[in-house]
Amino acid sequence: MSPAELQSKTAHPVLAIENLVTEIRSVRGLIRPVDGVSMSFPAGKIVGVVGESGSGKSMTAFSIMQLFPTSAARVAGGRVLLGETDLIGRSPEQMRAIRGSRIGMIFQDPTSFLNPVLTIGRQIEQQLEAHRWTGGPPAGDRGQSYANRVSELLTSVGLPRDVSTRYPHQLSGGQCQRVGIASALACDPDLIIADEPTTALDVTIQAQILRLMMRLQRERAVALMLITHDLGVVAEVCDYVYVMYAGRIVEEGDVRSLFAAPQHPYTRALMSGVLSLTGTGNIGFAVPGSVPDLAAPPSGCRFHPRCPHAMPRCSQEAPPLFDRPSGRSACWLHDEATP
Amino acid sequence: MSGTYETKHAETGSAPTPLIEVTGLHKQFASGGRFRRSRRSVHAVDDLAIRIHAGETFALVGESGCGKSTTARLMLSLQQPTSGDIRYKGTPLSMMSEAERRDYRRRVQVVFQDSNSSLNPRKRLGTILTTALTVSGAVADARRAVARAHELMEDVGLSPSASFFDRYPHELSGGQRQRVGIARALAPEPELIIADEPVSALDISVRAQILQLLQRIQRERSVAYLFISHDLSVVRWVAHRVGVMYLGRLVETGPVESVFTRPVHPYTEVLINATPVADPERAQLRHVHVVSGDVPSTTERPSGCPFHPRCPLAVETCRSEVPELLPVGEAHAAACLRATERVEGLRLP
Repeated sequence: MSPAELQSKTAHPVLAIENLVTEIRSVRGLIRPVDGVSMSFPAGKIVGVVGESGSGKSMTAFSIMQLFPTSAARVAGGRVLLGETDLIGRSPEQMRAIRGSRIGMIFQDPTSFLNPVLTIGRQIEQQLEAHRWTGGPPAGDRGQSYANRVSELLTSVGLPRDVSTRYPHQLSGGQCQRVGIASALACDPDLIIADEPTTALDVTIQAQILRLMMRLQRERAVALMLITHDLGVVAEVCDYVYVMYAGRIVEEGDVRSLFAAPQHPYTRALMSGVLSLTGTGNIGFAVPGSVPDLAAPPSGCRFHPRCPHAMPRCSQEAPPLFDRPSGRSACWLHDEATP
Repeated sequence: MSGTYETKHAETGSAPTPLIEVTGLHKQFASGGRFRRSRRSVHAVDDLAIRIHAGETFALVGESGCGKSTTARLMLSLQQPTSGDIRYKGTPLSMMSEAERRDYRRRVQVVFQDSNSSLNPRKRLGTILTTALTVSGAVADARRAVARAHELMEDVGLSPSASFFDRYPHELSGGQRQRVGIARALAPEPELIIADEPVSALDISVRAQILQLLQRIQRERSVAYLFISHDLSVVRWVAHRVGVMYLGRLVETGPVESVFTRPVHPYTEVLINATPVADPERAQLRHVHVVSGDVPSTTERPSGCPFHPRCPLAVETCRSEVPELLPVGEAHAAACLRATERVEGLRLP
């Protein structure tokens, strides 16, 4: 891709979500794991979504794809714009055509998403067939062009070509995750959603996979949404980051400035819990308590019961995202009207 | 968890008898199919030697399959070693009388990674703790056990204990369950707690709380930890000494400070380099040497140095010669044929 093409591709967000609300019906009432979230994913950038379990980061991804782990979940409001089209309200058939072709996915457990009884090559070919992939040379045998595409993909993720004839159980976890990346790239997607792609891997393998993702994402100028709980991974690979807490974005910003000067008390608490490889001494300030129960979330700012700076206002009103030099942060401390 | 351990050593001068001393420990498993021809043996732990002193934290690090959890099971005598010795205060486990064994089992306790599956879901927390207290013989009667269980709960931060006593494990958060696991390990008044990935399943804010709790317990009771983890940054913060394992063998061991700042074995350095750093200004993954290849399976262990197929510094002799763990500094040892060159400044490409 030429620099000019790269430039034009990075100008607009490939995918934008606006005020997204997702609800799950449960015996304990309606739960909102995603509550008014807006994010934007520009081409050629790696955008991190970081948070603890129950923060809504994975549910945000499920909502984009409208592929929920439970039938009790549904998108209750907001928009998901892929280019100009709103994905909310699309039929299941239309969504099926988009998932796996315009939006690629990489999952946490690389061994469980592969079909154990099909060869690797056959699985990727099926994906190309299902989406009627036409990226190959115009003339010639369709089957041959699929086979060529598979070996091209496997080579690009650093696997030998003969992996296409093997079965998932014959591969290591790291190799399976490389296949996962190849499959996510298969139909030249605009956006790749990677949900904890390296959490199940050993550190040396994690390093290989992260490097591979960085290289491919840059070469192809694809937008990458990287969901992780690991601030180290964010700092190493992301350009921009959203910090989520209890279904809402508490802070967002450019990675360098956000790590240099975290604005939200929750982000600061998270960072103080990070153990650096060079430091010793006492483990930093740990936030008391744990992530709230979403069936009965705290009023106002959802972090206020654990926040060292909580004021009366924090329990009454949810703070909006205030503009900060590093990005935006949802905390009443930033409001000039706050006494 | 500094403090108690160093001061004790300064007082006694010479090294006392270690609490636990493991020498020449081997564990082989038969693996493979039902037919003899396809059977292979897995050398899960290979010639392991470690010492743990009272009140110190010794960490074992390594990637999956390196044998760190098998080592834990051997030390808990949940499995029998193929050969080798585990000595508790100088007495080998194999020579112990029934009574001595019971005492050993009481003094060496364990905290597991998954508190969800290591607590009985049908027992109330009070019952879990009182059982641990009475079965181990730490308390004489049931009434005393209830009072002690309340104390233990308060001690590990499950406060007020009365509100937790009658709850079931599923009613707790992951961090609270891990506190129960720690309280149960403390119940028999152990001298060594084997903590197998105790914080790996926890969120970052909860992880900090649990690590602080473990540190406080060590300060107050001078209990020793064998801390098993795949996460180098956690080890850096909690351990006094560390052992790095690769394919069942200890490749490097020494004081944490020295191993982390001056790693001698290339594998140790590779592990350190691969660990993400939460500082974009010092992000290293883009630049440093990332080791290629997968961790080989223990059934197909390479000849010579087990790390040689992935090692950026491997030379011809590494294929044939198994390096011994030899001193490279004060209390610091490494099993690498090029250790001397490394100490003199040989760097990874």
